[in-house]
This record gives sequence, structure tokens and C-alpha cells, in this order.
Amino acid sequence: MSSRRSRSRQSGGSRITDDQINDLVIKLQQLLPEIRNRHSDKVSAAKVLQETCNYIRSLHREVDDLSERLSELLATTDNAQAAIIRSLLMQ
Amino acid sequence: MSPMNNPQDLNPSSLKSRFTTRFLRALTKINGQKPISSSSPREMFQRYRRIKVAADKSMAWSVRSRRTWSRAMLWKLRSRYSCRQASSSRRSSVRTSTIIKSRQAKTSHEKENKNTTTGQDEVGFVVQADKLRKLVPGGEAMDLCNLLGETAHYIKCLTTQVQVMRKIAHFYSL
Repeated sequence: MSSRRSRSRQSGGSRITDDQINDLVIKLQQLLPEIRNRHSDKVSAAKVLQETCNYIRSLHREVDDLSERLSELLATTDNAQAAIIRSLLMQ
Repeated sequence: MSPMNNPQDLNPSSLKSRFTTRFLRALTKINGQKPISSSSPREMFQRYRRIKVAADKSMAWSVRSRRTWSRAMLWKLRSRYSCRQASSSRRSSVRTSTIIKSRQAKTSHEKENKNTTTGQDEVGFVVQADKLRKLVPGGEAMDLCNLLGETAHYIKCLTTQVQVMRKIAHFYSL
């Protein structure tokens, strides 16, 4: 992030500075599994956003896969009630 | 991943507990609806859709209306539900409201574009931000600061959702 321009010209009268956005991007960076492990400070904001998009897409895919797996398990298992009670207890 | 070590999980009002309770309740309902013997591909697909919607809905309800993304998702789920149940006149009103929403999103999007000046990094940033808007529910109408904050919370909730679903699938397969 090279520029220090403040985006005060943005609509709605809300002065969103670059620093604010930098902080938010850094916070996002902490949540991403790959970039967090790399310990590099030189990750650009665009790269963080790109990794965020990829991560969200992979999470969506995982939810889809798990839903499909659960639907198969629901169809085949006959002690479903017991499994539910068990998982409730484990919480 | 060892979620049991986290003392926060034992808290009955934590996000994880709220989501788990709701989702299990929904699963029990789905499980009770159809006889287990029927497993045609169409029924499997319907069950898969129902489970996925139940998972998203449970998460959005666990967050309630505290977040813009959860409000947007609940609105989307509700309008899809009413679309399926209602008559054609109701359907057209939902369509107009989505048209209005997309028009609002378009104007806010144009305002953001007008203020970005030259610089390769800026352009890349805005392009990625637009992609992010499409992924986060309700992202099209948010300004940049809100979008980033909502994204962080959305990711946190999605990872919780995946964690819990994985555990449930593990229990079912035992």
C-alpha cells in the first residue's frame, strides 16, 4: 500500500482513510490460513482480498460436500437418533 | 483442530453451541420427514439441498440480525421460501424488490469506482473487492469498510459451520 491519500472524497460524508482500510485488511489477513503461516508483511491488499475470495469459495465448497455427505449418511444410517443424542452430549 | 480444548465451546450461548443446537434440530426434522428406504438420486439431491439450506439458515439465525450479512442471508432465504409457496402476483413483487436492490447496489458500486485513481494496486484491489462483494451475502450494497468487517465475521462463522458439520458427519459415520 504505497499511497497515503485519504479517501475523504467518498460519498456519504464518511471519511474512510487508508489507515482504517489497512487495519481491516491486516485483520482479514490473520484469518486466512495460508498467509498467516508465511509471516510475510509484504502481502499486498489486493493479494489478501484474492486469498480471502479463494478461502470463502473453498469454505462454500466444503459446506456443499459436507451437506452431501450428511444427506447420504441420513439415508443409510439407522441409528441416526442415537448419533444425534451422542453429538448433543459431546457438546 | 481440537475444539474441545477451547473453554468457550462449553458456553451454551456461544455461536458454536447455538448453531449446533439449531442445525441438529433441523437435521432431526429432515430425517423424520422421509422414509429411509427411498434413496433415488432426486430424493438425495433434495435432501442435500434441504441440509445445505438448513445449515446456512441455522448459522444466519444464530447470528440473528446483528450483522449485515446474516440479515441479507435471512432475507434471501425468506424471499426464496415465499417465492416457492406463493402465487405469481407475489412472485412479481419479490422480483421488483430484487430489481430495486440491484439498482441501489449498482449506484453504490459506481460511486466507488469514480473515486479510485490510477495505480495498478488500486485497480487490483477494487477488482478483488468486487469479487468479494459477490461472495459475501449482502456485500453488493456495503461500503468498503463494512465489507471488510463483515467478511471477517462471515469467515469466522463459516469455519465454525464447517467444523460442526464435520463433527456431526463423523458421529453419523460411526
